[in-house]
Amino acid sequence: MKCIVCVKQVPDTSGVVAVKEDGTMDRAAMATITNHDDLAAVEAALRIKDATGCKVVVVSMGPPPAEGMLRELLAMGADEAVLVSAREFGGSDTYATSQILAAAVKKIGVEDDDIIFCGRQAIDGDTAQVGPQIAEKLHLPQVSYAAEIKVEGKTVTVKRLLEDGYMTIKVQTPCLITCVKELNTARYMSVGGIMECYQKPLEIYNYETLKDDPLIDVDTIGLKGSPTNVYKSFSPPVKGAGMMMEGADKATVEKLVSILNDKHII
Amino acid sequence: MAFNSSDTAAFKGVWVFCEQREGVIMSTSYQLLSEGRKLANDLGVELCGVVLGKDIKEDYLKALGGYGADKVYYCNHELLDVYTTDAYTKVICDLVEDKKPEIFLIGATNIGRDLGPRCAARLHTGLTADCTHLDVDVEKYKAFLKTTSTIDVDNTKFEDTKNLKMTRPAFGGHLMATIVCPDYRPQMSTVRPGVMQTAPYNEETAAKTVLERVDVKLDASDIHVDLVEIKKSAKKLVDLVGADVVVSVGRGISSDPKRGIEIAEELANVLGGVVGASRAVVDAGLIAADHQVGQTGKTVHAKIYVALGISGAIQHLAGMQDSECIIAVNKNGSAPIFDVATYGITGDLFKVGPMLTEAIAKYKASKA
Amino acid sequence: MDFHLTREQEMLRKLFRDFAQNEVKPLAAMVDEEEMFPETTVKKMAELGMLGIYFPKEYGGAGADVLSYVMAVEELSKVCATTGVIVSAHTSLCCAPIYENGTEEQKAKYLPKLCRGEWLGAFGLTEPGAGTDAQGQQTVAVKNENGDWVLNGSKIFITNAGFADVFIIIAVTGTVLDKRGRKSKEISAFIVERTDPGFSVGKHEKKMGIRGSSTCELIMEDCVIPKDRLLGKQGKGFAIAMKTLDGGRIGIASQALGLAEGAIEETIKYTKERVQFGKRISQFQNTQFQLADMHAKTEAAKWLVYSAAMKKQNHEPYTMDAAMAKLVAAETASDVTRRCVQLFGGYGYTREYPMERMMRDAKITEIYEGTSEVQRMVISANLGVN
Repeated sequence: MKCIVCVKQVPDTSGVVAVKEDGTMDRAAMATITNHDDLAAVEAALRIKDATGCKVVVVSMGPPPAEGMLRELLAMGADEAVLVSAREFGGSDTYATSQILAAAVKKIGVEDDDIIFCGRQAIDGDTAQVGPQIAEKLHLPQVSYAAEIKVEGKTVTVKRLLEDGYMTIKVQTPCLITCVKELNTARYMSVGGIMECYQKPLEIYNYETLKDDPLIDVDTIGLKGSPTNVYKSFSPPVKGAGMMMEGADKATVEKLVSILNDKHII
Repeated sequence: MAFNSSDTAAFKGVWVFCEQREGVIMSTSYQLLSEGRKLANDLGVELCGVVLGKDIKEDYLKALGGYGADKVYYCNHELLDVYTTDAYTKVICDLVEDKKPEIFLIGATNIGRDLGPRCAARLHTGLTADCTHLDVDVEKYKAFLKTTSTIDVDNTKFEDTKNLKMTRPAFGGHLMATIVCPDYRPQMSTVRPGVMQTAPYNEETAAKTVLERVDVKLDASDIHVDLVEIKKSAKKLVDLVGADVVVSVGRGISSDPKRGIEIAEELANVLGGVVGASRAVVDAGLIAADHQVGQTGKTVHAKIYVALGISGAIQHLAGMQDSECIIAVNKNGSAPIFDVATYGITGDLFKVGPMLTEAIAKYKASKA
Repeated sequence: MDFHLTREQEMLRKLFRDFAQNEVKPLAAMVDEEEMFPETTVKKMAELGMLGIYFPKEYGGAGADVLSYVMAVEELSKVCATTGVIVSAHTSLCCAPIYENGTEEQKAKYLPKLCRGEWLGAFGLTEPGAGTDAQGQQTVAVKNENGDWVLNGSKIFITNAGFADVFIIIAVTGTVLDKRGRKSKEISAFIVERTDPGFSVGKHEKKMGIRGSSTCELIMEDCVIPKDRLLGKQGKGFAIAMKTLDGGRIGIASQALGLAEGAIEETIKYTKERVQFGKRISQFQNTQFQLADMHAKTEAAKWLVYSAAMKKQNHEPYTMDAAMAKLVAAETASDVTRRCVQLFGGYGYTREYPMERMMRDAKITEIYEGTSEVQRMVISANLGVN
């Protein structure tokens, strides 16, 4: 048995967000982090490893510096890492990305008792599409929004979040599960793990590695293989300056109420 | 003939997936139909609702016409009673392959966001997630940009196309992106609940709705998961998304959280609204997570949004800045919340909050 | 000369920082206020391998280096100097002397449990009548008829004492003649376990700072320990103690460094928020220059500490380096925290903010494991000034 976890390195939008003059995100100027939901997926896999001794393989598509993130996941306890990186893969939308990642997962090999994990969504795009689309490409059953996971043999029981509750779903391996960050609290790297992480295997899958897979075709990957593209991107306008009320007493709030009345707001 | 998603000319009509839970159509579907109606008008095509369930009441199906649907495709089947990815994907994809709609809208609920990507991958087409604005007409799109962007619209070239222009926030609202899917059909989009306005219900159009039952080929072997149970949260969740008035509290209440939330509740009561909170308050365990407004919480479009003791971190602003009237109370006069506020008061929420409640109560009493 | 951290060291720094910020900082005020030994934190650190950072894996260590250990104490002390000194005393004063002087059997018995945090370590040198002056030692160890050692005496101000399982104890084992034929005490080092008969932990000190660290008296009354507990050769105890303190000083220097850095971080944050006379106080030149001076001084201290750590790692003599690092870092920490309290103004004096705690914590770094005066003695002696 093994767990394959798909992870993405994302800009840290919790701090200062750098925007270029043309209105696009200046990714290079921003700190990067492992996407929160993906980290929960890694932790879910590591807990299965703790319980069963199975192997955990982490896979990420991204530019070469994403190796740093993968090493961190190895330092947390993952056994192997795969970095899917090639110029041909650049510009992929979610459809194309899932084609490529599905091919990478096939290359790693999906056996009968394996589980593939993804985060629900990445904070830079918030699409939540890549997980289900990888599942479709691999013809695997999927359970998204996992908030609790139990594994007994080949049966995985998942508590799947709904807006107003949850459904409990049983699914057989091999399957794909997308995790929400509330699923768990990811462990830290360990000191020993850090000292070992550069000795653990990290393979690079480039275009050559994956090109023989039927999923990989000029029409299905990269910018050209992406059904969607950006028509326009823009920054929301800075709202016109509001009105600062004078004072903070009874007169102030009464004046405010009368303005709200005049403008038919209340 | 095999289905070919790149034969764009073969596709016609606007579809809305009308999600039902426990036999009841979700309100998001009405929002999407109302929006879909406008798109269908601009394209001069039919608007169809798609309902999957076990035995959906005819009244419910007809009602979809009241919000704009010309036609409703419905599938009744034991295995469609409760959502499963496998069954719904199969039925939807079979139907799309058969009828070939050019636009397909799905509510971005936890279920819509499971179904949408799976279908798009199977149909080999593009899907844009969590959209907040849709256009087919370029002029209308330009008019939209004039009020919502910093783009100099009149001096910018726009490709003249009837393609669906799907606009969505990226990076938690720091940027907006308009996405198109020019070469594949249907153009799929999941639409954020609560964003589109529901049109007034029209009895006449409801009566004229054409209902078409679709027979589905589905058996248990198509479904690879077992649904064990569905549980609703015991506690009633706060409907922030649909609220006209939201009174939110932030870190400013930390000196006396209990009183701070009380003040917000009192103000929300007189305004007829609900209580929201910033992430800091939720993370501190002072209020349940379903009250959270912001990038990781709910997006609200309130008529009145009152921010008490909220500094206005960008993540919070992303979830509320489109509210019509924003009233901010904060001790720190240079807090970023005042940059988006319509009216700002520099002061202590523990003092200003109750005064505001009193003044509004007095005002309402005078009007009654 | 390369002033860059290795890729592993960079990752370790990130780990220590994340751990300190998320797990240690939220408890720091309570640890101080309640004089609470952070047992849960110690367990968490043990799980991450932070209690045996630079010892080889075959002894249960994490296989990292001395500089990584320094960074751990530094990052912890930025937010909680109590937690910093727990790691420092355990690592430098107990694990290190066993690793450096122990027999294979002793190392195999003690190091894995210490490194994995199943046991916590402490070091007993100081006595009511003798601090760094080893010749004042009153604790004696005498061989009995079985060849076992019987210890009598007491130690004071022992860090980690209330929670430690293993103690390195320095005791007098006889009298020897020095080169000039004068009588002097023969001093040896022993490994004592908490459960040894006749061993007990006495009074818990109430301190000005690092109030969560457990500082107690150790009492040995006819405390019998097996003969294989002698650490190093008989009569080598003084050398072992001094060498141990050299290493310990790097740990305390790291603690002091962390305190200074932590105080500066807090102050920068505060001065950007706090408005006086219509301006953020960071806009006043006094604030800017004070912080510039403090940062420059702290960076200077940092490189002394790191350089001492690298010399120890590379098995070069580092006695004087450790003394200089501790002297400069401790005096910097005291000076910086005091000035930061001043920049905070009235709030700095209240317990609502961490600054007064950091100032109290900083003072001890000028005192324990050799006062600043002792460091000056060590440095001047190494310069041949006598």
